[in-house]
Amino acid sequence: MEFVILTLVKAALWAVIILTTLAYLQWVERKVIAHIQLRLGPSRVGPHGLLQPLADVIKLLTKEDLTPPQANKLLFVFAPFFSVALALLPVAVLPFGPEVEIFGIRTAIQLTDLDIGVLFLLAISSLSVYGIALAGWSSNSKYALLGGLRASAQMVSYELPMALAVASPLLLSNTLSLQELVITQSGYYAGWIPQWNFFKLPAPQVISYLVFLMAAFAETNRIPFDLPEAENELVAGFHTEYSSLKFASFFMAEYANMITSCAFATVLFLGGYLPLWPAEKGSDLFPTALFLAGGAIAMYHGLHPARPRDRRTLPAVALLFWFLAFLFQVPRLKQILIPMFWFGFKTGFLLFVFMWVRGTLPRFRYDQLMAFTWKFLFPVAMLNMLATGLLVALYGG
Amino acid sequence: MTEMLIFWAFAVVSVGCAVNLVIQRHPINGAISLIGVMGSLAVLYLQLGAEFIAAVQVIVYAGAIMVLFVFVIMLLNAEAEQRTGRSAAVRLIGFPSLAVLLLLVGMLIRRLAPAPESVRFGDFMGGTAENIGRSLFTGYLLPFEVTSALILVAIIGAIVLAHKEID
Amino acid sequence: MHSVPLSWYLILSAVLFGLGVAGFLLRRNIITVFMCIELMLNAVNLSFVAFSYQLKQIDGHLYAFFVMVVAAAEAAVGLAIILTVFKNRATLQIDEVDSMKG
Repeated sequence: MEFVILTLVKAALWAVIILTTLAYLQWVERKVIAHIQLRLGPSRVGPHGLLQPLADVIKLLTKEDLTPPQANKLLFVFAPFFSVALALLPVAVLPFGPEVEIFGIRTAIQLTDLDIGVLFLLAISSLSVYGIALAGWSSNSKYALLGGLRASAQMVSYELPMALAVASPLLLSNTLSLQELVITQSGYYAGWIPQWNFFKLPAPQVISYLVFLMAAFAETNRIPFDLPEAENELVAGFHTEYSSLKFASFFMAEYANMITSCAFATVLFLGGYLPLWPAEKGSDLFPTALFLAGGAIAMYHGLHPARPRDRRTLPAVALLFWFLAFLFQVPRLKQILIPMFWFGFKTGFLLFVFMWVRGTLPRFRYDQLMAFTWKFLFPVAMLNMLATGLLVALYGG
Repeated sequence: MTEMLIFWAFAVVSVGCAVNLVIQRHPINGAISLIGVMGSLAVLYLQLGAEFIAAVQVIVYAGAIMVLFVFVIMLLNAEAEQRTGRSAAVRLIGFPSLAVLLLLVGMLIRRLAPAPESVRFGDFMGGTAENIGRSLFTGYLLPFEVTSALILVAIIGAIVLAHKEID
Repeated sequence: MHSVPLSWYLILSAVLFGLGVAGFLLRRNIITVFMCIELMLNAVNLSFVAFSYQLKQIDGHLYAFFVMVVAAAEAAVGLAIILTVFKNRATLQIDEVDSMKG
């Protein structure tokens, strides 16, 4: 019974965290892309546009909810919610931290540690094709159908190099459980190079990391692989006929898929919640130092403000950052916060790469996209797996 | 108690979806029902301790094969089946006799079922990926290699059958 | 009652198989017929896994795995055949593909 209550509490906490992160990820993306394109991004709704996600939610909820005339009503309603449900599920198996003791209860900072965690994530990404295919089909519209067909063909084709890129670090780690995967990546070479699967001898997984990232771009329908939902190609692809809450669901599903892919890449290749250099050499001070520096910058700009409003808001932000920096040193909270910080740091870095690529690269044409996976990514992933297997067999894991 | 509940819930869902597959006139509804059958069967596999097979069922069957079906249905823009000029005798005699037949088969199985073995979740812990991998590459190596040749033949066959003529 | 008798799994497998056969014989849309074949294969997989549980061996799982692989290959080729039939006859009703009927 205690297990059930503990899991329910954790599930509620995770749900709140993931939904807030989704909303603010959209704000971060708009700001990052805006600055890449030399403009400001949302800056009017609330300080620095921080209330923009709230405004967007209110706008989307109050729009008229249209259903095209001959659409298959059941599937039309089912598809976006299926997408969102599948996109939010993987958070249950991602390891945010090791086993810790909170108020006398020993539990891992993870909702559940499945023995087949990796297969669970692959299954979710296989099923997420349906949300898009059924959305395209049920809209009863040419553009939506073509967008749905292309998107499902793209997603199915890119699942193959993704699965092979996932299989290669598994040869090194010998486990399908995500918590175990992170634990096998602990330890340091020569005292300071981390033994993440990216660096691990005998087979550093550099190529499969890159293949996985490229496949993740395609699976989440992000630029440069976003032809199925491109605005100037197919009107809006598979979600042409959707409006209001259903459109918001597709949007949320895309961001949740992005978070899941980045977190999965972090766990597989970048060592999950493990720090970059050993705790003995002072990596525990890194989050504190980061937040202190952030607070200092905010305080500096607060004292020499660019706008009169900044004189009030930026010092408050600085104090908040300094409080967070202090929290990272409290012994009880330290063991929980520091792994979560490293996990968030690495996942956040990958999310920033996603946004950076979106602002920089043009999109692939559909035949280029398919040729890229079948003629380049899939053979490369397969050769990498062969090479990894050979090296592990020769030089031992 | 929970095991009974889980079994009954997912057995009813799978039979319901199977009946729906046989009844529905539009193939897309049938495809969705079949995905429902496969999903509920995956849960039943988990209850029988077959965790790897359950995951592979979702990844391969529900996540790849059925996607292929849905893809072909979307590509061909399949329509609902037309009503046939079949006699009503089929429906009047056919479905009840099917039900009777299935009842007889059920009773036969209960009479002849090998042992009153009960399924308890957690009794069989041997369905792990490690065990399957070990068997696959030692005892079942020949069928494994043969299936890889089979898949290659299937790929070539599918491409040859479905490709467009390049003029 | 804390557990489920194994024979119930076998009965479920038989019921699904029977429904698959019924659909295969009664339906006229070629894609639905093909999906009933997949339903039959799934029922057989359930039987394999149930017996594997009874004998406490992993061989049943491996047979189920090979059945899935063969089903995948068969689905690919079968759907390619369906596409070809559609290209040549412009119909998905198997009643209308009867030019070789005596």
